[in-house]
Amino acid sequence: MTDWPLWEVFVRAKGGLSHRHVGSVHAPDAELALRHARDTYTRRLEGVSLWVVRSSEIVASDPEQAGELFEPAEDKIYRHPTFYDIPDVVKHI
Amino acid sequence: MATRSKIDSDLVKRGRSVPVVGEQDPALLDYCQRLGDDALILGQRLGEWCGHAPALEVDLSLANIALDLIGQGTNFLERAGDADQLAFHRDVLDWKNCLLVEQPNGDFAQTIVRQLLFSTWQHMLYQRLANSTDERIAAVAAKGVKEVAYHRELAADWTIRLGDGTEESARRMAEGIDWCWRFIPELFEVDEVLAELIGTGVAVDPREFEDDYRSALAAVLAEAKLEAPADQRPIVGGRRGHHSEHLGHLLAVMQFLPRTYPDAQW
Repeated sequence: MTDWPLWEVFVRAKGGLSHRHVGSVHAPDAELALRHARDTYTRRLEGVSLWVVRSSEIVASDPEQAGELFEPAEDKIYRHPTFYDIPDVVKHI
Repeated sequence: MATRSKIDSDLVKRGRSVPVVGEQDPALLDYCQRLGDDALILGQRLGEWCGHAPALEVDLSLANIALDLIGQGTNFLERAGDADQLAFHRDVLDWKNCLLVEQPNGDFAQTIVRQLLFSTWQHMLYQRLANSTDERIAAVAAKGVKEVAYHRELAADWTIRLGDGTEESARRMAEGIDWCWRFIPELFEVDEVLAELIGTGVAVDPREFEDDYRSALAAVLAEAKLEAPADQRPIVGGRRGHHSEHLGHLLAVMQFLPRTYPDAQW
């Protein structure tokens, strides 16, 4: 339906995991968006909980700014914990 | 012996006895056919929407409901005998479904009205049938009750949105209600077969929940700003094989392949 807004769908696969984006559905309102999400994305036991959010409510970063936003992180490998050697005397880490 | 169905395996695991098909009284087999035929025929009807629903999401919703119903139909027909034989090699006069489920899809509104009327009834029935003295019937109903609860809610959601939607959607809903309403009394009819099984606790007396059913429908219609029509002359007879012209056409499509190619395999 062209006049139905788009909703982004998030599914929690099982208790303890976070909701993950799986796709989108069209629906006239939030309640039916949940029903459509259930019928479209959880038919094969994919989840135990659903979120839907209006796609227009999502604030996205500008792809044109990807360079300045993300590339500076590329050469900062010391931000990964694996960069550091843990001395043998340190326990419980 | 044929392989056990999932329902039977579950019963065995729980240490329950599995009824032997074919050694039952005719009333019980008749009742299982009624329950199975209701679900299977409506499942087949809803399947006709595949690829034709107003939106992809609705297409999936209707197909999901159809698959639930075909599953329930299979389970009940397995209790009645050879499910495939009953589904694909039975003539129209031997079908025992209620007339409501064989009604044509019409437009989306008429499909939703039919679903609301049937799923509300089926939900109330299965809730009670889960306590049937027949273990298999109880197990099938208990498994189906959650599925049907969802069908009922979805149909109510759509009824409210279409009834309280645009002028056109409200008009179409009113027409759908007009079409389907006369088939309600058959759902509450108690004949000799049913009376016998109610007596032994196998079947549920639908008259027990007719008031609840009417109030539940009234509440949904009120929220949808739709009117329940005055009671019309009821049309009954499906349980005795007196069907509308629509069922034969449905069966022709459903049964064509297995009847033309009896040895066909999946």
